[in-house]
Amino acid sequence: MKLTSAFLASTALAVAFSPAVAQEMSNEMTIVSWGGAYQRSQQEAYSKPYVEMHPEVTVTWDESSNEAVAKLRAMNEAGNITWDLVDVVAADAIRLCDEGLAMEYDPDDLLAEAPDGTSAEDDFGDLIVSDCFIPQIVYSTTFGYRTDMVGDTPPTDVCAVFDLEAYPGKRALEKRPINNMEWALYCDGVAKDEIYDVLATPEGQDQALAKLDTIKDDVIWWSAGADTPQLLADGEVVMGSTYNGRLFSVIVEQNQPVGMLWDMQVFDLDGWIIPEGLSDEELARVKDFLFFATDTQRLADQAKYISYGPARQSSAPLVGEHADLGIAMAPHMPTDPDNAKNTLLYNYEFWADYRDDIDAKFQSWLVQ
Amino acid sequence: MPTVLPLKKQPFSFVGPVSAAAGAFAGLFVGTAQGSGLLGILLGGALMAGLAYGLMTLELPRRATRWGIAAVFALIGLMVGGVMGLIVGTAFGAFFGWFPLWLADGRYRAGLPPYLTAGEVLWHYAFRVICGMIFFFLIAPIVVVMPLSFNAENFFTFTPEMLRLDPAGYSMQHYEDFFQSGDWQAALRNSLTIAPVATLLAVSFGTLAAIGLSSEHVPFRQAIMAILISPMIVPLIISAAGMYFFYSRIGLQGTYLGVVLAHAALGIPFVIITVTATLVGFDRSLTRAAANMGANPVTTFFRVQMPLILPGVISGGLFAFITSFDEVVVVLFVGSASQKTLPWQMFIGLREQISPTILAVATILVCLSIALLTTLELLRRRSEKLRGMSPG
Amino acid sequence: MADATQTNAGASGRAPDDASGQAQDSGATGPVLAADGTPLKASLNRALRAQKLRALALIAPLLIFVLVTFIAPIVDMLFRSVENQIVSETLPRTVAELSDWEATSNTLPDDATFDALYYDLFLASEYKNHTRLGSRLNYEQTGMSSMFRRVGRDVGDFGDLYLDQFEDLDERWDEAEPWAALMAHPGYLEDAAEWRESRDADRIDPRDTPAPRFRLAPGIEDLLPKTAQAYTHYAAFMRTEEEETADEDEPWTLVSTMLYEDLMAASAADIAAYDGPMADALQTAHAAAPDFETMTRKAQFLEADDEWGNLDNWATIKVYSPSYTSGYFLTAVDMKLGADGIVSQPEDQQIYGLLFKRTLFMSMVITISCILLGYPVAWLLANLPMRSANLLMILVLLPFWTSLLVRTSAWKVMLQQQGVINDVLVWLGVVADESRLIMINNQFGTIVAMTHILLPFMILPLYSVMQTIQPSYLRAAKSLGATPFTAFWRVYFPQSVPGIGAGSILVFILAIGYYITPEIVGGTSGTFISNRIAYHISSSLNWGLAAALGTILLGAVLILYWAYDRIVGIDNVKLGG
Repeated sequence: MKLTSAFLASTALAVAFSPAVAQEMSNEMTIVSWGGAYQRSQQEAYSKPYVEMHPEVTVTWDESSNEAVAKLRAMNEAGNITWDLVDVVAADAIRLCDEGLAMEYDPDDLLAEAPDGTSAEDDFGDLIVSDCFIPQIVYSTTFGYRTDMVGDTPPTDVCAVFDLEAYPGKRALEKRPINNMEWALYCDGVAKDEIYDVLATPEGQDQALAKLDTIKDDVIWWSAGADTPQLLADGEVVMGSTYNGRLFSVIVEQNQPVGMLWDMQVFDLDGWIIPEGLSDEELARVKDFLFFATDTQRLADQAKYISYGPARQSSAPLVGEHADLGIAMAPHMPTDPDNAKNTLLYNYEFWADYRDDIDAKFQSWLVQ
Repeated sequence: MPTVLPLKKQPFSFVGPVSAAAGAFAGLFVGTAQGSGLLGILLGGALMAGLAYGLMTLELPRRATRWGIAAVFALIGLMVGGVMGLIVGTAFGAFFGWFPLWLADGRYRAGLPPYLTAGEVLWHYAFRVICGMIFFFLIAPIVVVMPLSFNAENFFTFTPEMLRLDPAGYSMQHYEDFFQSGDWQAALRNSLTIAPVATLLAVSFGTLAAIGLSSEHVPFRQAIMAILISPMIVPLIISAAGMYFFYSRIGLQGTYLGVVLAHAALGIPFVIITVTATLVGFDRSLTRAAANMGANPVTTFFRVQMPLILPGVISGGLFAFITSFDEVVVVLFVGSASQKTLPWQMFIGLREQISPTILAVATILVCLSIALLTTLELLRRRSEKLRGMSPG
Repeated sequence: MADATQTNAGASGRAPDDASGQAQDSGATGPVLAADGTPLKASLNRALRAQKLRALALIAPLLIFVLVTFIAPIVDMLFRSVENQIVSETLPRTVAELSDWEATSNTLPDDATFDALYYDLFLASEYKNHTRLGSRLNYEQTGMSSMFRRVGRDVGDFGDLYLDQFEDLDERWDEAEPWAALMAHPGYLEDAAEWRESRDADRIDPRDTPAPRFRLAPGIEDLLPKTAQAYTHYAAFMRTEEEETADEDEPWTLVSTMLYEDLMAASAADIAAYDGPMADALQTAHAAAPDFETMTRKAQFLEADDEWGNLDNWATIKVYSPSYTSGYFLTAVDMKLGADGIVSQPEDQQIYGLLFKRTLFMSMVITISCILLGYPVAWLLANLPMRSANLLMILVLLPFWTSLLVRTSAWKVMLQQQGVINDVLVWLGVVADESRLIMINNQFGTIVAMTHILLPFMILPLYSVMQTIQPSYLRAAKSLGATPFTAFWRVYFPQSVPGIGAGSILVFILAIGYYITPEIVGGTSGTFISNRIAYHISSSLNWGLAAALGTILLGAVLILYWAYDRIVGIDNVKLGG
């Protein structure tokens, strides 16, 4: 009897005080990212300064962004979300948002203003490509080539990839249709602004695959970000596609004989999503962290460690020098005018619709 | 079976051609490397035949001659092919300083049954060479990994500096990285907290079950055995996916307990297999004798049965331990970042960041394996002594 | 406790072991008695039972452990290969309407079906289930993913047509409260107001204490049945998804559409008889409704995306509407369940047959190479003196215990074009620098690396069998005049066959399920079915197909396992310990 009433009293107390509890922030945060140099740049620019300000917080990093959609779906199915903040590419963010696995947010409510008072929404501008997506960087997928294996005429045109006579040797391409199909059509004579119209038709898809077929025997297909840099360093491939930051690290930090081929680089975005279904404490902590980690200075800081462009317009002037090497980072940014003469923008709308369809075709083409 | 027959000296008519053949074979490689294979064969054959003749006719002090020949070859190698040439030359010199005399003395027949024909003797040595090559195949990848772990660069590549044996091409940075990086240390800690607990679970349940299975009348023995062994048989990707969905549903995904349970399940077949194997040789009358003398079942188990099957239990435990310690597919699915184990970290090292740190870790683990293997071997000997079985 | 039940069970249903005992018993003249006077047979039986019981008690914990932690997850996953509730759960009304429709009729489904589809899709897009359904159906019919995704964006606007016209009549149709007053029970509105107040004052957490359950206003269900249903769905959505009460926001356009339909169906008398809130607005609307601009749902769907006029898409929805499907299994064997039965996939999309064949073929090649390499080594180990054999054994076990990832990456370093083997070959002049051998990212690389990785699994069983073969047999054969080859082939080899069998099946079973190694060194021509399973689990998210492929693979492995048990016996696996 006594026990029951004590229990009841404590429950009542708990109920009475729960709003106060709800305002508290969780002291543990699991952040999911891509690993490697990119994750290190996030740690240096975001989480280390944050933890210095809040020593009670422990941040755990999980290198699962590759499988983020699958894992979030399984977590959601089980009703047990163990991640607090997930770094994904914009296409995945759209997919997660569509499926209700990521939380929608209000930019002006969640994110800091620019130093000059511009609202966050305007500062990020068009880069907020989904209601759930908090942009972080602009990166590009482009080609690197071995300077010692291309003779006297280093490639300046992306179609060198399809030119086996001028540039014999293996090429590294990503084991998925995105980007490869666009490059194939472009080099098969399709005008740049018609690429996606053509790719939407079965004939266009066949055309792209037929173009890829011409080099199929000379392609090493990569699936992890570290593959192309390693293949280039080993001299296994004469050229290969990868993220521009990886190539920067091979060329500038590792001093390998590799050159950049910026032609037809494909711009893409990477950023955060907050998984749907966090507890109030976790959400409060994540919001607090995000407000800090996406402000103008922090985004500019990240560019000290890796050559990806900050997603805020207000961060661009603040981009300085490499943290260790002391070289100016601006010329290595994909958005630098010299580098961005001929570019393609990842078409989120298109790939969100056609990803499944074209992927199935591409994979069976690959296996056969 | 040692033969006591005296060794028979062989004439040059035998030693000469065999040495020449060996020389021609080696000359083929040296020759192709320098441009002409045919010339290499001829020169190599002639050189070795001459060398054999010289060694057999001149009664030189053997040890000194051998060193001398090795030194000459090494010098030639150095002039032709740099440091690598030096090594190859030394090896060739040492071999060819010894080979003709080994043939000439008839020492190659030592230890073989005297009735073997020449062809059989040849086959005997050819077979040994084949086996040697297979052992080389088994060990080569591990041997390759070790020097690469001292690479001064951040790629899995033998740099020209390394090939020249230039100290600048080598560094300890990847070892330092392993010992200083928080990620690697956390991964090591996780591995060291997950594997022992998983092993303990697998061993304690597994040993009991193996004892149960070894008694004479167990209903559905085959079916039970099949279920218990299945974690070893079911393709890992299927186990991993199944556990991933199921553990998510019951809240075990991403927890320490979940990973431990999954790894224990994977280790169980090894315990079952090794312990049942030990129990096959176990003399059942010992437990009856103990019971007869008044020991209760628990005492019998710990005082009689356990010491005898202990080597099997430990060896099963080691297998279970290494299964957990080296497992990557299941932990990738069932674990979350806070359970990141060493293999997981290595997997990331392969996929996301190019770093020979994983090779440094591998080298450390290989040394650990050698230590474990030695333990196993000692235990096996002890077990045989205890069971009074003849070796083998 | 357990003892008692066991004893009873034993008494009523005799174990098969007893059969022979009984037969013997009937022939005997009198029962033999044990020391305590009970019949010896009974006493022995009791002892036997106790022994069995003890054995089972020892096994039980592990058996339960394995069943729960391992077998249950696998069974659970395999079940996904036939599960298909997503269609009937997301589109329940459409599926019901479609039961009368035949794809062979060559006409689109009727208007009622499109109305049902509108209702279902509206709810699905609010709950964000439609893209998941689209992805599911896209596995069967390319293009359906886009179709669902696109219509999901538009379906919310279909009802604007009616909402705008209602709004033109009366502003209140676009406001939350008048709607709530019309649809909700006054009691609900009171509860809702109270709940909102505590929520806004932070006295409760809406997750722990959800908004009050919605109740309809009395009589409204009879007057406006469809509207009532739609509004109830809306209120439930607000309660669970938005953590708000129904009167905090204007209802979905779905509700307006339903109101239009109800008004068209209702008699003027019924509307006139209603005297609750919004009675005047309702009457005006009823009077104006027949003159509304209108459009059938079918027309709206076709306007949004003409794919909805494609009969194949409808046929796919119908074929995959049951809760359980054989679709995934058919896909896994390169077939397809279409409207007119089971057909083969088009030639250029048949990949699984190829992959299964390749997996089997490569596993076989790997097994054979393991036999070829393992047999001499095992023979040597078995015939050397113990001490040297044990030393060499370490060379066998060392790679076995080195991390799989490391061995695989070591092979990468060895086999690639700028790798160790090619470097050595070039240095030796065996191959020219410009024509370095391609040994990786193809089948060769996979076979070499996997042979290396699985070789110990062949050597260990072979070794343990060869140890038991007496060397004197071979000598006897030779002394009887057999040539060494004949002696080996006719005397030694047959005795070692069980070892080959054991090793082969073990290697084959392990090879067939490999994933990491082919992934890293296999390129595209050296990948296995497991890689495809992993791809479907983590990339394409087609978990049903992954489960179906896994089930087939598991089936193959289990057959081999059974064969292994038959030929060798599971107990005879040795691991060199």
